[in-house]
Amino acid sequence: MSVLDVSHISKSFGNQTILNDVNLSFSGNKIYGLLGRNGAGKSTLLNIITNRLLPNGGKVTINGDTVDNNDEALSHLFLMSEVNMYSNGSKLSKIIDDTELLYGSIDRQLVTELANKFELDLNQRFGKLSTGYRSIFKLILALCLPVEYVLLDEPVLGLDASHRELFYSEMLKTYADQPRNFIISTHLIEEIATIISDVIVLDNGHVLLHDTAENVLAQSSVVVGPKADVEQYTQDLNVIGKESIGQLAAFYIYGELNDRPIPDTVKISPVDLQKIFIFLTNYTNGGNGSEK
Amino acid sequence: MFDFDFNSGEPIYRQVAEQIEEAIINGSFPEGTQIPSTTEISNQFHINPATVLKGMNMLVANGLIEKKRGVGMFVVQGAQETVKGARRATFFEKEIQTLVKQAKSLSISETELLKMISKGYEQ
Repeated sequence: MSVLDVSHISKSFGNQTILNDVNLSFSGNKIYGLLGRNGAGKSTLLNIITNRLLPNGGKVTINGDTVDNNDEALSHLFLMSEVNMYSNGSKLSKIIDDTELLYGSIDRQLVTELANKFELDLNQRFGKLSTGYRSIFKLILALCLPVEYVLLDEPVLGLDASHRELFYSEMLKTYADQPRNFIISTHLIEEIATIISDVIVLDNGHVLLHDTAENVLAQSSVVVGPKADVEQYTQDLNVIGKESIGQLAAFYIYGELNDRPIPDTVKISPVDLQKIFIFLTNYTNGGNGSEK
Repeated sequence: MFDFDFNSGEPIYRQVAEQIEEAIINGSFPEGTQIPSTTEISNQFHINPATVLKGMNMLVANGLIEKKRGVGMFVVQGAQETVKGARRATFFEKEIQTLVKQAKSLSISETELLKMISKGYEQ
């Protein structure tokens, strides 16, 4: 089974540290959600993985082989990002031909099928496309290449709601037909919450959380009720966030609950991924992160 | 149609299992017939196929659906009664306790609540 290893990756621009000793491993044909606030280092990490940027320290390997200047290793990866790598004058069909040469093959039948579904004319020039259609074209390439790792950086940028729906369906369809690893970086957490199986949260250049989505959800809960009761019940728990209106309070917990009886006035419910993310990465609003 | 609540924080695989159970109870998925495939549910509701599969495996373990090799998943004969039985077993803790708690918070007495229940049965 193929393994993509990111070990001890560090990156600075000038005196600003973007990534600080990042260690991650991707395998098992899973769909990973790479989450993080703006500036957390997500895009930098994806660019380092695909050898578009060089790290200051550490290395990225596929099955033990470095990706650095290694075309063979890099042919297992495709990064779709906001950066436009194609010249404005090129026809889409020409870009497809060129990409096929780089990767050895491309699923032409799927390219045509997806272009039809998204109503994209492949005889157009890249420069004529709107922001949304540039994303769509790059997504089609990403889904049709024979790579083991599909890296998507803000994949649905500029796509309208129905195109986003269509993309998620088509992505899952190709994933079912041909299981491989996806690493999706996005701010639209709600849209991918049920699609991903694993969650990685980057925060200030380091990995704050790396676990299955199921575990993350199972560890999270919200305690709602009169403030005094909620405070008392959550005393020795890992409170990551607090909300209150008047005397009604909601405390968000990450980790085990205790065995104490739950007061009648208090209700404990599960929390969704977006809320967990917001509190884990927000240090100013009553939350204190998951670590001290 | 399936009625998922993705913001509820309730584990998705359990919601998948519950929605299929619901469809078995109301007869949308009759006994002996094939249910939608993992891929179909995954594509339509944008759920990771492994999650859908986990929900389905729960139903297999509970004897509600069975796998026919190369064909798909089928509702087992007697599944409807099995689901109903399982839901009856948890009815007290899942529904009645919540109902009584709410009634208490509204100062509805036991007698009054029982009267309302009788009235509900008459309708």
